[in-house]
Amino acid sequence: MTAYLAKRLAIAAITLALASVVVFAVLEIVPGDPARVMLGMNASEAQVEQLRQQMGLDGGPVQRYLHWAGNLLSLDFGRSYTYSVPVIDLVTERLAVSLPLALIALALSTAIAIPVGLYAASRRGKTGDVISMGAAQLGVAVPNFWFALLLVYLFAVWLRWLPAGGFPGWGAGIWPALKALMLPALALALPQAAILARVTRSALVDVLSEDYIRTARAKGMPWRRVLWGHALRNALIPVVTIMGLQFAFLLAGTIIIENVFYLPGLGRLIFQAITQRDLIVVESVVMLLVATVIAVNLIVDLSYALVDPRLRHRT
Amino acid sequence: MKSWTSFLAAAAVATALSLPAFAARTDLVIGIPLEPPHLDPTAGAAAAIDEVLYANVFEGLTRIGPSGEVLPALAESWDISEDGTVYTFRLRSGVKFHDGSDFDAEDVKFSLDRARAEDSVNAQKILFEAIDSVEAVDPATVKIMLKHPQGAFLYNMGWGDAVIVAPESADTNKEKPIGTGPFRFENWAKGASIRLAKADSYWGEPAYLDKVEFRIVPDAAAAVPALLSGDVQAFPFFQPDGVAQIEGDPRFRIEVGATEGETLLSMNNKKEPFDKLQVRQAISYALDRQAIIDGASAGLGTPIGSHQSPASKAYVDLTGTYPHDVARAKELLKEAGLENGFKTSIKLPPPSYARLGGEIIASQLREIGIEAEIIPVEWAQWLDQVFTRKDYDLTIVSHTEPNDIDIYSRKDYYFNYDNPAFDKVIAELNLTSDEAKRNELLGQAQKILADDAVVGFLYELPKVGVWDAKLEGFWKDAPIQANDVTKVRWTD
Repeated sequence: MTAYLAKRLAIAAITLALASVVVFAVLEIVPGDPARVMLGMNASEAQVEQLRQQMGLDGGPVQRYLHWAGNLLSLDFGRSYTYSVPVIDLVTERLAVSLPLALIALALSTAIAIPVGLYAASRRGKTGDVISMGAAQLGVAVPNFWFALLLVYLFAVWLRWLPAGGFPGWGAGIWPALKALMLPALALALPQAAILARVTRSALVDVLSEDYIRTARAKGMPWRRVLWGHALRNALIPVVTIMGLQFAFLLAGTIIIENVFYLPGLGRLIFQAITQRDLIVVESVVMLLVATVIAVNLIVDLSYALVDPRLRHRT
Repeated sequence: MKSWTSFLAAAAVATALSLPAFAARTDLVIGIPLEPPHLDPTAGAAAAIDEVLYANVFEGLTRIGPSGEVLPALAESWDISEDGTVYTFRLRSGVKFHDGSDFDAEDVKFSLDRARAEDSVNAQKILFEAIDSVEAVDPATVKIMLKHPQGAFLYNMGWGDAVIVAPESADTNKEKPIGTGPFRFENWAKGASIRLAKADSYWGEPAYLDKVEFRIVPDAAAAVPALLSGDVQAFPFFQPDGVAQIEGDPRFRIEVGATEGETLLSMNNKKEPFDKLQVRQAISYALDRQAIIDGASAGLGTPIGSHQSPASKAYVDLTGTYPHDVARAKELLKEAGLENGFKTSIKLPPPSYARLGGEIIASQLREIGIEAEIIPVEWAQWLDQVFTRKDYDLTIVSHTEPNDIDIYSRKDYYFNYDNPAFDKVIAELNLTSDEAKRNELLGQAQKILADDAVVGFLYELPKVGVWDAKLEGFWKDAPIQANDVTKVRWTD
């Protein structure tokens, strides 16, 4: 187990180092000068040069990369060019929206997907299976921003139960903040739930045709216990893998939903930083996300061992 | 009996008078499409900064009013010397910054010297170019010496980039703006909203509203439900394509006004074949401006024939110079030796007027044999490739700075236009402060640009404002990019 962990950690470190080079290089190539973006069309070239110096943008790329990477190692993420505040402050502010949103969405999608998957698998080929998998197909196909708009018109414009968007901040109280996250979480969760339900069903269907399931049934174990105790547990590996991928997606890939609900989350931060060429924010946030994805994958790998005891003894 | 009626009448009158005062709301949520990068109007070009802070939190010596006129602000009045090079401003007394410190002539000197300093990063540094020196004569008097007379000096001092800041707070205004306006800054939840509250110590007429929140709603599709649900009560700068969904709803008022945004099909005047007058004229004849307005701006916007807002007093209608005439356009191309047309490209920045307008223009150009390849670019890319390096053939952009016809006389500007006759008019305009004379010169300048077909003049960008029908006091036009809410109030 220790050797397994050490190997995984080493791979994670190498991945991070490579990612930092790629991220930096890509943003080096992207055209656009942050100083010119800030000063606009009426400023002279000399003034833009002045600002470039003030922002520390003069100097060669290698020198700036080493400076940036060195700072990252000491957990110094730099200062935003546009906001002129530490990047880490921006990120923590945004995480206060994105992290709860991702967790709620993940919880919702799991709570919907697992029972639906179980139900469909146990009714394989029957009407219930066809209907629920048809609905899942629809859920995969419908773009989440369109679904989000439907939710807004229903719950905010028509019923007026929930706000149409925006985020009051946790300072405004837990309930108003949760209310603001409800529609976006639902809009995010449903397409994910649809995918997860399909994965759960197909994994279960595979497991249910195994010999040990037939044996368990043959020795008179109740169907319910076979399904929950034997089948689901053995089908969980692909499900957990997908959930890990989904969490990373929910944390970073929510730019569209955050735009529709104008939530101040991480996705919006990156989007804004890219358009304003706030390169340091883009670089640092992307690196943080890379680190998060690697960490989540690590956790998923380790959780396989929890789910499947056979993996615990592998090195 | 009689006394009863009079009592009832008196009671009715009293109720009628007092009810609105008690019932009127004093809070407001305004939707803005872009978040300001920071909150210091003297340190950035982003229009979003002024859209929150101009006139509300920060004030200058003068200010620009709802129809583009120059009004006194922190300067109560002024004298201009005979030769037009010395401006003496008398400042208002009893003005306080929101942190409680007093405003006086030293603050004015500090602000102007800071804006024009060697290391200044003021995005409109050009506004202060004519200033030779600033002198605080006494706490209530400032004398500004100019290097040469400047006709637009009082107007220039009314820009958001020329607001007066205090030395103690100048460096922290980006995060925590401290001004002298009727609203003070309260809180900025980054990415979400900026809150202002009424300033109790304001020197002038107090604002009606107690609390104003500027909520960032970047997506046009989200703006409509935000209004309909009542979350946001006003979008002073609304996307024209959303109007259809609000129109006819009695709960909202839609006001279409003018901006200072001349939307142009810019041409690279030094690059072949756009260096030929006939080619530029042919393109101008090929443009069907109304079709462009219908397709790119939901039918809202006024066609223009030169570089001046139709709302301006100096405006001359030159839309007849090159009317839509495909046959004439083809003839001109033939004269230029390009009867078989040519291939070119058109770079389009993100705003919808450019992306949608570009496709329509490309198809209009195809009618006269010009094949324009459409290249969408990001804003930062546009500034880099088109604006700074002038690596382009055609592009579409709206020039939103007010009274900016002088850009055509700037050396090395991205139009690559150079006409000494035009420069002469602008030079004279700079030295003229008499309004009638200025307007005449502006007319001449417009005429030269139209005749030279420097760019394809398309239309004046509309200002589409949508707000709750019970609100009043918003600006109809946008002579500058601002959301002045100092006069906004709920009517019941």
